[in-house]
Amino acid sequence: MGKASVIPFGPQHPVLPEPLHLDLVVEDETVIEAIPQIGFVHRGLEKLVETRDFNQFIYVAERICGICAFGHSLGYAETVEQLMQVEVPKRAEYLRVIWHEMSRIHSHLLWMGLAADAFGFESLFMHCWRLRERVLDLFEATTGGRVILSVVKVGGVARDITDDMFRKIQDTLNGIKGEYGQICKTFLNDYSVKNRTVGVGVIDEEAARSQCMVGPFARASNVNNDIRIFGNGAYGELDGFEPILDTQGDCYARVKVRALEVLQSIEIVNELIGKIPAGEVAVEMKGAPADGAEAASVLEQPRGECYYYARGNGTKYLERMRMRTPTSQNIAGMTTALAGCDLADVNMIVLTIDPCISCTER
Amino acid sequence: MGSFNLGKMTLGSMFKKPETIQYPAQTRFVPVGLKGHVAIDMQVCILCGICMKRCTTSAITVDKPARIWEIDRFRCVQCGYCIAECPKDCLFMEPSYAPAATAKSIEVFEKPAEELDEAAEEAQAAKEAEKAARVKAALEAKAAREAQKAKDDPAEAPKTARA
Repeated sequence: MGKASVIPFGPQHPVLPEPLHLDLVVEDETVIEAIPQIGFVHRGLEKLVETRDFNQFIYVAERICGICAFGHSLGYAETVEQLMQVEVPKRAEYLRVIWHEMSRIHSHLLWMGLAADAFGFESLFMHCWRLRERVLDLFEATTGGRVILSVVKVGGVARDITDDMFRKIQDTLNGIKGEYGQICKTFLNDYSVKNRTVGVGVIDEEAARSQCMVGPFARASNVNNDIRIFGNGAYGELDGFEPILDTQGDCYARVKVRALEVLQSIEIVNELIGKIPAGEVAVEMKGAPADGAEAASVLEQPRGECYYYARGNGTKYLERMRMRTPTSQNIAGMTTALAGCDLADVNMIVLTIDPCISCTER
Repeated sequence: MGSFNLGKMTLGSMFKKPETIQYPAQTRFVPVGLKGHVAIDMQVCILCGICMKRCTTSAITVDKPARIWEIDRFRCVQCGYCIAECPKDCLFMEPSYAPAATAKSIEVFEKPAEELDEAAEEAQAAKEAEKAARVKAALEAKAAREAQKAKDDPAEAPKTARA
């Protein structure tokens, strides 16, 4: 055994899309311990809830993160609606879930591109992002924005989607299935990809449970923690939703779970478009959250379960808004997966938890 | 085998239309309802200032006495909250992006002075005369009431006189 030394990894590193710092304690080429450090992009957005009223904060909430932007605005709106005991129209719930599943598709495609880039497969990276553009075009056509959509508001949604546009969404999503299938085949069958992912960073089911891992990271270790099975909002209207699980718990399983979730999301969008009821898309919000009223909600974001908590104080400003984001849950699992791995595998393991440090630090 | 599939796809894209465009020679198709930049119709605006109060980033300033509406394009995040809240629907979203600039500046819109034609001027004058007459009548009635009150209750007199 060689002498242990520390290699700093990040916050600026070619493989990292976001500023995460790791102190890697290595002996020869083996990582013995990884000490994570965050805090480079803290912006104090939770504190802003005291100076922005509950309608304005939705635009702050969706700027917490550029990739899960829609998810955060949705989670925040659902929490405040619970706080004020407002029933959202059925059509608005369907529209929200359709947009949310589309944002899951774009988030997973983005992640797959980054993962391909991390193991040096440039053309695969380009193809993933090319398909992602199709989803962003749909966002642009339906909401007017590509990444920051500003379409959810407390009490419903700001825009409706026409039947023509629904057909266009279905055509586009079903149209990318063919090309996406080929990308999936490459991710799942190509030997150069398998060399980098199979058996790397294994976390078994017990460790996944004890470290409270969430999202596709946990589902790859056979932990069924998909919040969508609770049937919040329009998820309850789906015919038999089954989360995608895998038992291997390695990087390959995480790639596989995400790859299949994209296809699942396309099916969910197709199903909900077929079932969507007509009617209003928003209710008018009157008054303010009651003093001392509390509400909490959970939402399955692309990266996993996100928990929201809000407390009112009788004014239009909230007393407290708290989010527990998926990446803050997964950092513990990531350090476990890193312990004992090869130094060259660190980038794959860090990427396969899909770290979103902007969400984590807010 | 996976690489072979992808190779076919990659080779195929060499003969397809490019995914990118030659910006700025070519520009993209603009979808309806694109959030480009906030625009205002100053003819309709009543300078109520609701947009200023609602603006999440404090990008809008409304000065009613000076009759101006200002927007800091660098602060505006195109959330559309001002547009949704405008009581006169004079704010709207233009689908084109505001041009990039090398220095921060505030765009100022001035509400044009109301130009009145002859008939409107006469109507305005008549309205003002009617208002003056109403005020005069009210003042006279008040004075009479106070005089009556002073007569009824002399102790109250100095107070009311001061008022």
